Amino acid sequence: MKLNIDGLLVYFPYDYIYPEQYSYMLELKRTLDAKGHGVLEMPSGTGKTISLLSLIVAYQKAFPLEVTKLIYCSRTVPEIEKVVEELRKLMEFYSKQTGESNNFLALALSSRKNLCIHPEVSALRFGKEVDGKCHTLTASYIRAQRHSDPDLPVCSFYEEFDAVGRQVPLPAGVYNLDDLKDFGKRKGWCPYYLARYSLLHANIIVYSYHYLLDPKIADLVSKELSKKSVVVFDEAHNIDNVCIDSMSVNITRRMLDRCQTNVDTLQSTIQNIKETDAAKLNMEYSRLVEGLKEANVARETDVYLANPVLPDEILREAVPGTIRTAEHFVGFLKRFLEYLKSRLRVQHVVQESTPQFLKDIFDKVCIDRKPLRFCAERLQSLLRTLEIADVADFSAVTLISNFATLVSTYSQGFTIIIEPFEDRTPTIANPVLHFSCMDPSIAIKPVFQRFQSVIITSGTLSPLDIYPRILDFRPVTMASFTMTLARTCLCPLIVGRGNDQVALSSKFETREDFAVIRNYGNLLLEMSAIVPDGIVAFFTSYVYMENIVASWYEQGILENIQRNKLIFIETPDAAETSMALEKFQEACENGRGAILLSVARGKVSEGIDFVHHFGRAVIMFGVPYVYTQSRILKARLEYLRDQFQIKENDFLTFDAMRHAAQCVGRAIRGKTDYGLMIFADKRYARADKRGKLPRWIQEHISDGSLNLTVDEAVQLSKHFLRQMAQPFRQEDQLGLSLLTLEQLESEEMLKKITQIAQQT
Amino acid sequence: MASLSEEVLLVMKKVRQRKQDGTLYLMAERIAWGPEGKDRFSVSHLYADIRCQKISPDGKAKIQLQLVLHTGDSTTFHFSNESSALKDRDAAKELLQQLLPKFKKKANKELEEKNRMLQEDPVLFQLYKDLVVSQVISADEFWANRLGDINNADPALFNNKQEVGISGAFLADIRPQTDGCNGLRYNLTADIIESIFRTYPAVKQKYNENVPHDLTEKEFWTRFFQSHYFHRDRINTGTQDIFSECAKQDELGLKSMVVQGVRNPLVDLLSLEDKTLDEGYGVSTTLPSTSNSNRTVKDSSNSAIIKRFNHHSAMVLAAGSRKGDIPADQANETSSTDGNSRDSDFFQPPVKKVKIQEAIEYEDLRREKKPKTVPLNLKKSDRYAHGPVPLQSQQYKTGQDIINSLNYIRHEMVNYKPNLTQVLCSTTASSAIAALSPGGVLMQATTQQAINQMVPTDVQGELKHLYAAAGELLRHFWSCFPVNTPFLEEKVSKMKSNLERFQMTKLCPFQEKIQRQYLSANLTGHLEEMFQTAYSKFHVWQTRRMLRKT
Repeated sequence: MKLNIDGLLVYFPYDYIYPEQYSYMLELKRTLDAKGHGVLEMPSGTGKTISLLSLIVAYQKAFPLEVTKLIYCSRTVPEIEKVVEELRKLMEFYSKQTGESNNFLALALSSRKNLCIHPEVSALRFGKEVDGKCHTLTASYIRAQRHSDPDLPVCSFYEEFDAVGRQVPLPAGVYNLDDLKDFGKRKGWCPYYLARYSLLHANIIVYSYHYLLDPKIADLVSKELSKKSVVVFDEAHNIDNVCIDSMSVNITRRMLDRCQTNVDTLQSTIQNIKETDAAKLNMEYSRLVEGLKEANVARETDVYLANPVLPDEILREAVPGTIRTAEHFVGFLKRFLEYLKSRLRVQHVVQESTPQFLKDIFDKVCIDRKPLRFCAERLQSLLRTLEIADVADFSAVTLISNFATLVSTYSQGFTIIIEPFEDRTPTIANPVLHFSCMDPSIAIKPVFQRFQSVIITSGTLSPLDIYPRILDFRPVTMASFTMTLARTCLCPLIVGRGNDQVALSSKFETREDFAVIRNYGNLLLEMSAIVPDGIVAFFTSYVYMENIVASWYEQGILENIQRNKLIFIETPDAAETSMALEKFQEACENGRGAILLSVARGKVSEGIDFVHHFGRAVIMFGVPYVYTQSRILKARLEYLRDQFQIKENDFLTFDAMRHAAQCVGRAIRGKTDYGLMIFADKRYARADKRGKLPRWIQEHISDGSLNLTVDEAVQLSKHFLRQMAQPFRQEDQLGLSLLTLEQLESEEMLKKITQIAQQT
Repeated sequence: MASLSEEVLLVMKKVRQRKQDGTLYLMAERIAWGPEGKDRFSVSHLYADIRCQKISPDGKAKIQLQLVLHTGDSTTFHFSNESSALKDRDAAKELLQQLLPKFKKKANKELEEKNRMLQEDPVLFQLYKDLVVSQVISADEFWANRLGDINNADPALFNNKQEVGISGAFLADIRPQTDGCNGLRYNLTADIIESIFRTYPAVKQKYNENVPHDLTEKEFWTRFFQSHYFHRDRINTGTQDIFSECAKQDELGLKSMVVQGVRNPLVDLLSLEDKTLDEGYGVSTTLPSTSNSNRTVKDSSNSAIIKRFNHHSAMVLAAGSRKGDIPADQANETSSTDGNSRDSDFFQPPVKKVKIQEAIEYEDLRREKKPKTVPLNLKKSDRYAHGPVPLQSQQYKTGQDIINSLNYIRHEMVNYKPNLTQVLCSTTASSAIAALSPGGVLMQATTQQAINQMVPTDVQGELKHLYAAAGELLRHFWSCFPVNTPFLEEKVSKMKSNLERFQMTKLCPFQEKIQRQYLSANLTGHLEEMFQTAYSKFHVWQTRRMLRKT
């Protein structure tokens, strides 16, 4: 259907529309008009992606000079592929409606592992291996060497692409990862480099967060993207953690040992080159004198995305003299390394700020702040000069140099914690230096600064106002949408007591209490008897789950559950869990029914959907608080309190509730879907917890279901399931939660729609 | 004694049957009972005829043993020897328990098969009633022809029973019971053993290897329950345990399943992340960096339980989905559950595409589709388009033509004037009317067609049965030709007499019956014709044989 969104003609590739989709598009349009940033929360399964795509594509078509590019960032590879497929549907609809062939170029980008078509390289299993192998075949100096020695192995796909691939841009169309591979195979071009090259002139890019947020990758891939782009972060409820992860470094003793060998190799290579080809080193020297002016020019003319690792000031200066020659630099690295080793020999926990660390390093080994800042850049230059083939081997020294640059660049927002051993095993020495980022806004700042509109959206972003605060930006729109429902297809229940009136809670004091564990078991057992097909149960942590499973096994609860359903359990091993997941789905498919025991914050809770019969009930055992005794977390909480005035408890609760919401939201993936959401902890009943759940879940929690016993919950569930099992047709939804164009345009409906979005 | 040559396995005195004291004999092929003081058996059952035995529960005053036959009859023996009644009964039970299955399999299978066929096929059942019950032919003759068909037929066709899956909790059903003196008793049934074997092929292999040469069955299961294999939470008990190898095999099986990966890319957690952080980056809050060395025993036993649960569920699932026989080795098993390897690009994209399409589909946003139709699958589309015979172009009438002609006829009728000078004479006219009335010369055809209106339904039904039975007999008869073996000669003569008997006992009464009801006698005309043809064929054959003999 064709929609009129605030004066913009939007092609929407379906015959019907959900009211909230219309409302969502209105808000989105407002954000784009204002050229500002937005935070939008819309329940999963209400067609968020297609609404986003429809509106932004229409906007791009209508104002090609205002918005030149859509950068769509998602979390996982399947998500990326789903987005591209939806986009394909939209584009097909466009060409069908307008009769014109589509002139948009849209493509997905992923790592080499998912795009490589070289027969040997693509057979490798791990991303790092693929990257390393690719590098040994395609690095510029390797290819230069090949001129003199044609026997060196070669990647024909890259050569072919390099020879002709850049001349003609990729023809318009929608390219998913497999399409790129097909295209590459047909032409004999490397799909990965083709995609990276095509990013520049593509209208729509779909890739993962890291390409924009991780400075190490963003610098390579995304720095030249147009300023007039709209950036969308989908599934953004964890975006702060991604930011923090990309800026944090951990250094172990093993890492330092590897670094030591790296440095030794560097030294001997330099020695060799010095004897054979001293000119090369001299050339590098003079280039470094010139400084990083080039990069500076580029950034000032706004061609590049700022790299948070390399702050602007650096670019204006030349590399300091102390590390300009190769030998001096290696000597410098050695000293730095020795210093780090000495720091790791501590007997007690040390926590210090970055200025303290810098002062200490100056006092102890006379390393200045300035050369440290150039460390990363200087190492890259050296590695290039020395023509090191496999950069993956030098990951340790790269890590150290990145650390050096980061630690000397940011005086705020980071903390250094050195732990001589793990808390659980105080007898085993395992010293780790955590250089931990506490401020997610550092990594994402360049994105907000550079691009005109950044949309942060997810099914669970409540409470909305916390995201602008921790990411330090000022949105023009913040809205939370509810799910309009013709039938209440979700049933959140808070089970606070066992049948014996024992309060259910996963809090620390009652964690080991047998009565609680038994009652939790009872709840699962009872549910397994009444819920059809799949049940997913989440625990607060892996250790907690292990203990409970063991204790259920001893009490014979698991055996009784097995009478009703098969049991599958998440393990720390991803491959094993994948298998368990597939078997779980198989068991649901063939009607036997199964239970999956899983962990909040685990991979399953983040990336796997349990649509329809795969998840008819989700049980959340306990409140998934993060492990609060960790020093890194404590430091971060302190920082949040001091910098953003966010109370520790507020943040912890917010964090726990967003994970709980993620877990229970896995079951509902659409309006035809239905599922029970059971919160098995009495603490959920409190207003401060409940209030942090997304609105679309909150509004279905009735006062009567705040503190149920197991039996009461079973009764309510039975009733709910029986209702849901009735046939549900399109007509039942029509006019309420599903609209035709005429219904949408009626005065009354438009008034209703304005209530769907809750502005904050 | 009736048959002295039989080997008597067990003799039990003081056994009462129908309030009569007597002696119970268990012989090689049958069980028999004779009243006291007489030297013949008043009760004798072949083991093959016995469906099952039942015993009175412990603690009952009367100690009895009941034999239930396939026919549904039962015979009850009461062991009345005061001192050793229970022991006697148990001895008899034990022996029967060993003997019965040997005979059961053979007899049962055939009997069940016949029973099933009769139940499934009402026509056959009727035939059976008509021919065998009324003793036109013997049961053996009846089946001789039938079962041959079955045995030759595709085994999958008649073995269409649905495979029963395995309960997920079969191990839980083996509830250990304390026997009061520091021991445990496990109750195993044949079902549970079957479940264990199907779920854990490794155990079955062990069983085949060790029982009965090294261990008795009982010992085997005792060891099974003592092993850490059964008690999943126990860590390594030592290497003398024969099941430690099973555990290893399981581990391998699990590993191969894991290595094989998953088909559905949406649940593949390994390829979920696009770009993982390099080692050393990121906030590692949870990662317990070191390996198992510093895990406590409790931790690893917990994770062992978790692994076992996953494995157990996977095996139960696989056992349920396996078709037919159970593959012996693990490798076979896993490859059957998963057709394609993870590296083969050939299979991956379609699965992936379908799954992704499924995931992005909003069915309620689409206009409701028409009911699903089956697509026409044409092997040769040109044949479909042109057809085997090109149609002749014909003069079709349009609706307008028909209306025009109707109007014309109506018009004619209005203007119709009888020409009274040229009419038929009345006699000819009445004879013509008679000929054209139902039953008249010209209307013969219509009366015959109306047989289903003229004949009452019960007679019709009977006629159908007669046809079926006669057809069956005639089939037997005609299948003897050409008669080239002595056996066939004998058979053809027998069949002829069967036919005659059938005609006498079934057909003639029926004919009389319909005559009594004043129905047209030629209802059975065709049947008789068929019989006559058979007889004449027989005569021809017989005369020819006589000629050859003389």
